[in-house]
Amino acid sequence: MKHRAFFWFILPTLAAMTLFIALPIVSVFVQSLYVQHEQVLVISENCGPFGCKQSTSVDIAATEKLREEAPLGQFNGLGTYSNRSHLAFAEVGAAWATSDTIDAFWDEVVNLPFYGALTFTLTYTAAVTPLVLLLGLAIAIGVNSLPSLLKGPSIFVSLLPFLVTPLVGSLILFWMVDSDGVIGAIIQLIFDDPNLSLKASATLTWTMLILYGVWHTLPFSFIVFYAGLQTVPLETLEAAQVDGATKWQRTIYVVVPHLVPLISFVTLMLLMDNFRVFEPIVSFSAEAHARSLSWIIFNDLRESGNPLYGSAGATSMLTILGVVFLLTPVLIRTWRDFKGAGRLGR
Amino acid sequence: MTKQTKRRLTFGRIISLSLVCTWLCLAAFPFIWTFWGSFKVQSDFFSKADWMNALWGTNTLEQTGSAFTSTAYQGAWVIEKFWKNFMNTGIVVLSTVVISLTFGTLGGYALARSGFRYAFWILMAALVFRAMPHITLVSGYLLPFFEWNIWGHLPTTIIVLVAINQPFTLWMLHSFFLNIPKDMDESAMIDGCSRFQAFRLVIVPVMWPGVITTGLFSFLLAYNDFAVTAMLLSEENETIIPAINSFLGTTQVEGKVMYAVAAVVSATAPLFVLILFFQRQIVSGLTAGAVKG
Repeated sequence: MKHRAFFWFILPTLAAMTLFIALPIVSVFVQSLYVQHEQVLVISENCGPFGCKQSTSVDIAATEKLREEAPLGQFNGLGTYSNRSHLAFAEVGAAWATSDTIDAFWDEVVNLPFYGALTFTLTYTAAVTPLVLLLGLAIAIGVNSLPSLLKGPSIFVSLLPFLVTPLVGSLILFWMVDSDGVIGAIIQLIFDDPNLSLKASATLTWTMLILYGVWHTLPFSFIVFYAGLQTVPLETLEAAQVDGATKWQRTIYVVVPHLVPLISFVTLMLLMDNFRVFEPIVSFSAEAHARSLSWIIFNDLRESGNPLYGSAGATSMLTILGVVFLLTPVLIRTWRDFKGAGRLGR
Repeated sequence: MTKQTKRRLTFGRIISLSLVCTWLCLAAFPFIWTFWGSFKVQSDFFSKADWMNALWGTNTLEQTGSAFTSTAYQGAWVIEKFWKNFMNTGIVVLSTVVISLTFGTLGGYALARSGFRYAFWILMAALVFRAMPHITLVSGYLLPFFEWNIWGHLPTTIIVLVAINQPFTLWMLHSFFLNIPKDMDESAMIDGCSRFQAFRLVIVPVMWPGVITTGLFSFLLAYNDFAVTAMLLSEENETIIPAINSFLGTTQVEGKVMYAVAAVVSATAPLFVLILFFQRQIVSGLTAGAVKG
């Protein structure tokens, strides 16, 4: 395709992506260098019959004017990145110096907002992804051996948890595990503890969120693996059978190797989606025990009356860096393929 | 090979079947339960006494005289004016799908037919954009949108959702167009068509299966979005998903939680219908990127 024709074809989509994805990243970066204005204080002296008293008050009009003139706030450089709510170099250093064991150090670091959110996000991603891969494969093999009359309906049912709006899906589960809901009540019955609540402890909250994540994303890996199973060459399976391989051996040595390219694709998709975990925390109101990177950005922006744009910007930039870091192996591999193939696509 | 002529019940098969059954129950049960419970009163759906109440509707019978009641739906749709949110969602989702498919087909076609290095870089940038959490972008929108006074309106949200949709749409349609033989449009160009004429007369008539599949996923992305719509829409322009969330914040009063339950069931219904009619396309779309590799 000629450069000129290419330009006109790509223009709308490129304009949309530049204006609303690339430029906002720049805007996020610029925001992260500023902090909101401090309130303008006036010190006035009241002199009465018993001497003079100094009093401090907020000059609301002047503060408003300052905000109006420079909505970004005042320049702060990289200060926001290193403060307590973000990378917290000073606090981490102090924790390192004062704590005797690695565990004690770790406990202090995890209590810092950014590291706490990072820990949850990574734990969630690292727990959900392998579970979903394994269970998805197992269920795909199971459904594949069902009579064909049942395959369609089972795919239909499986698609529901995946395609349902994350906020809605997690609400539905939340109402059920709530201490007045059906699952919550049954769990109380089993453990014979009428005050047991899944929201009470951090461990239970994390488990609940991870189980939701598995429920929500399992269908994706199941469907992809199921589609892959339809393309397993029958000749190879037959040959293995003739050679005396059991069903289990055929699964491990023929079917699974055939699915390996799919596994890397599913892993990439799952990593991208799990890293942005956000809605379930809102639905489960789990913020007391579990906060993700997306959630702390949301919370900064929601700060009523005076959103912390600088703080949200800094967390966003760090999150974007994290995404790029996650994707580096994929990008490098695609670049090699592209150079090797000499053209796009194959 | 005759496909497993004898279906013996081996040990492995029992395990595999019970796994499938467990999964199907886990997948379906929450939806059935919530749908059933949405026709009860709050003291049945969130029963402090006995969870079996939600099945038989003991308190519902006592309070309304019948085992089923539609008060929750009336409350949500009439009193809380949920229909307004539904209309907003309709406008946002429909416009987003139409615009992003138009942009996406043009761009995806160009990327599939250009072997230049910049085409590769555009695709790589799109992959990174696709992976970014949406809320990181939202924090970049707010200040400029307030400054330009375009915050809170439906068109702003639509164009933002279109942009966020583009990386995915581009990738999907790009791999779809790669499968349409190059010879088709090139022979049209040899016959004297311009590039755009070749696209319009030769490619457009055969591209609909791919466009429909991509459109389904654009629909889902716009319909399911919470981060963008919750932050960028004013209260009177709210779509259903942020509306459900704000229901929860304001409805701690007895009985009103059921409004949220009814709203949740109503929000799931269109998705249910969508899967019912487009199951095949959704499955092929999910696997499109994977099987072709």
